Amino acid sequence: VDLDFTPHEEEFRRIARSWLEDNVPAAPLASMDTAEGFEQHRAWERELSAGGWSAVSWPVEYGGQGANLIEWLIFEEEYYRAAAPGRVNQNGIFLLGPTIIELGTDEQRARFLPPMAAGDEIWCQGWSEPDAGSDLAAIRSRAVRDGDDYVLDGQKTWCSRGAFADWMFGLFRTDPAAERHRGLTFIVVPMAADGVTVRPIAQLDGETGFAEVFLDGVRVPAANVIGEQDRGWKVAMATAGFERGLSLRSPARYTETAGRLVDLFGRVGGSADPAVRGEVVQAWMDAEAYRLHTYWTVSRIIDGGAIGAESSLNKLWWSEMDVRMHETALRLLGPAAELVEQAPGAVDDGRWLDGFLFALAGPIYAGTNEIQRNVVADRVLSLPRST
Amino acid sequence: MRFAFDEDHVLFRTTVREFLDKECTPADVRAAWSSHRGWSTDRWGMLAALGVNGLTVPERHGGLGMDELSLVLVLEESGRASLPEPIVDTTAVGAPLLAEVGSDELRERWLRPVAAGRAVLGVGLSTTPYVDHAGSADLLLLQRGDEVHAVAPDQVTLFEQPSLDRARRLASVEWEPGAGTLLAEGERAVAAIESAFDRGALATAAQLLGVGQQLINLAVAHARHRVQFGQPIGAFQAVKHMLADALLQLELARPVVYRAAYSVARSMPERALDASMAKAYASDAATLAGRVALQTHGAIGYTWEHDLHLWMKRGWALAAAWGDAAWHRARVGAAVLPQPRVS
Repeated sequence: VDLDFTPHEEEFRRIARSWLEDNVPAAPLASMDTAEGFEQHRAWERELSAGGWSAVSWPVEYGGQGANLIEWLIFEEEYYRAAAPGRVNQNGIFLLGPTIIELGTDEQRARFLPPMAAGDEIWCQGWSEPDAGSDLAAIRSRAVRDGDDYVLDGQKTWCSRGAFADWMFGLFRTDPAAERHRGLTFIVVPMAADGVTVRPIAQLDGETGFAEVFLDGVRVPAANVIGEQDRGWKVAMATAGFERGLSLRSPARYTETAGRLVDLFGRVGGSADPAVRGEVVQAWMDAEAYRLHTYWTVSRIIDGGAIGAESSLNKLWWSEMDVRMHETALRLLGPAAELVEQAPGAVDDGRWLDGFLFALAGPIYAGTNEIQRNVVADRVLSLPRST
Repeated sequence: MRFAFDEDHVLFRTTVREFLDKECTPADVRAAWSSHRGWSTDRWGMLAALGVNGLTVPERHGGLGMDELSLVLVLEESGRASLPEPIVDTTAVGAPLLAEVGSDELRERWLRPVAAGRAVLGVGLSTTPYVDHAGSADLLLLQRGDEVHAVAPDQVTLFEQPSLDRARRLASVEWEPGAGTLLAEGERAVAAIESAFDRGALATAAQLLGVGQQLINLAVAHARHRVQFGQPIGAFQAVKHMLADALLQLELARPVVYRAAYSVARSMPERALDASMAKAYASDAATLAGRVALQTHGAIGYTWEHDLHLWMKRGWALAAAWGDAAWHRARVGAAVLPQPRVS
C-alpha cells in the first residue's frame, strides 16, 4: 500500500491542471440537452481533443494518451476541480469506446475511435424500448440480414441526446426464434440514415434531453456489428459494466459536489438542524469512501484483476450518494430549495435543484438499482436466481 | 499510488485465517464465553508462535516490529472468527503505547512477554471507560488527565461491567497514581493518548470488517438453503436486496479502514480523521450486517443455540466501543466542516 502519488503521477497532474486552467471556458455552457448547448459542448470536446485530453486512457493511435487508470483518475480529479463542462460524448468515449477497444475489430477501431475522440461523432445509446426497460432482454427491434447489410425496424426510447447525436449504438433482435438474451446483436447506426426518425421527449427538467428513435427499414452495413451476430448480449454487458463501473462516474464528480456542499453549509448552515449537519458530514465521507474504493478497485485491475458484477456495487453507491447529497443541500436551503435559476432568491443560481433533478435519474439509468441489487445478490453473493 | 496489499501481508492473513478456522471455531468461542477468564491462554500462546501477539512489538524486544498495515488484515481475521483473545488492547494499542512512553526497563520487562504470549495488557483511556479483560491483564496502561500510568493489577479495584458479548470481560477500574506508576505527562502523554485512541478505533474498525463479513457469509449460506414457498429464500428479491445492501456498506467500508491503517502506520497528519472515518463506516456496516443477518435467519437466528449471535453481539459491542459511529462522525465533522455563519 502506498497512497502517495509518484513524482510521475504528480507531474501528470500538474500538466493536466495547467492545460485545464488555460482552456476551460470561463462562462458555463448552455445545457447539453438543448440544441445550442449540444453544439457548445461539441466544440469543447474538439478543444479537449486538440489538447490530447478527450480520451486520456485510450491508446495513443486512436487519439488517447495511453494513460493508466490511476492517471485517468487524476485527470478526472483535475477536470472536476477546474469545473470543466460535462462530457457530451460520454456515451462514446467512456462506454462504446472501451467496448470497441475490447471487443471490436481493427477496422472498427480505426473507423470509429478517432472521430469519437475528436468530437466529430457524438453517440447516444439505443437500449430501452417501450416494452424493454429493466427487462432489457425483452427487446423487439429487429435486424434482418440482407446481403451485406442489416435492415433495422423498431423503436428505441429514452435515448439521451438522441435528438442531436450523430450515431447510436444498441441491441437488435436478429434471431426471432431465440429466447430472451440469446439472438440479440450489437449494432451501431448513423442517425442520419434513411428511415431514422427522432422524436424529442421533454425530461423532468423541461429540456428535451430524451428522444424516441423510430427505425423503419434502416439499412446499415454488416461491418456495423460489434462482436458477433446473435452474441450482442455479451457486448452489451461489457458496455454496461463500463457504465455502472468506473468509467462513467469517476469519484471526482462526487468529491467536488461534497466540497461544494461543505461550502454551502458554511454559508447557510448556521441554523441547520444537527441532523442535517450530520448528513453533510456523511456526504463528505461517502464521497471520500467512493474515492478510496475506486483507487482500491483500480489498483486491483492494474495488478491483473478484473471487476465484473462488482461494478453494480459502484453504481448503487454513486447513484444513491448523489441523491442523498442533493437532498441534504436542499434541506440546508430551506424555503429557497424550490427556487430555480431565474429566481432572485435562488442560492448558487439554483444549481442544487438542477443537480437534484439530474441525480434522481441515477438510480434509474444504466440499469435500475433494483436490477443492480439483483446482480450483486446473484453474481457477487451467489444467491439462487429468482424463479 | 498503489492501494493494494503486498504479498507478505496477504500470506500472513491467510496463515492467520487457516489457524483460526481450526482453533477458533464457534464451539471454541462458546467455551471462552463460559470460561472463567473469557479467553484461552493456549490459543493466545499459539497466536504468539505465529507472530501475531508481538506483531507491533519492536524487534529488539522480541517482536516483529511491524506496523498497522501488517496488523489490519490480521485484526480483520480476528473479527471474522470472533476471536476472544485480547489482541486489540495488547497488540494493537497497549504494546505501541508502551513502546512510545515506557522506559527501556519497562519495555523490556513487558514487551518481550507480550510477544511471547505470556503477558497481556489492558488499556483504559478517558474515552474508553470500560477496560476489556481488565481482570486478566498483567499490566494496565491507564490515563489520568494528561498523564499515562502503568499500573499493576494489585494496585487497582475492578468493578465488573458484564457485556452482552461474554468474551468481553469489561470492568471499571478504580485506582490512584502511586510511586513509580507515571509513564508520561503533559504534551508527550497527550500525544500518546491520542495515538493510542486512534489505534484502538482502527483496530476495532478492522475487527468489525471481519465481523460484518462473517455475518453476511452466514446469512447468505442460510438464504441458499432455507426453503420456503418451495424455493430457497435467497431467491426472493426482498432477501436479495437486503443482503446486497449489507455487502455494499461493507465493501465501501473496507478501503476506508485500510486507508486509516496507512495513515496510522505513517503517523500522517490526517491520522485522527481517517481513523474516525474508518470506525464510523465499519460500525455502521457491521451493525447493518447484523440486522440483515438476523432478519434473513428469522427465528432460528434469535436463539442462543444458533451461532449467529456470537458475531452479532461482537458487532454491537465493538460498534459501541472506542467511539461509536455518531461520535466519530462528529469528530470528522469538527475537522471538515467550517463554522457556519449564523444568519
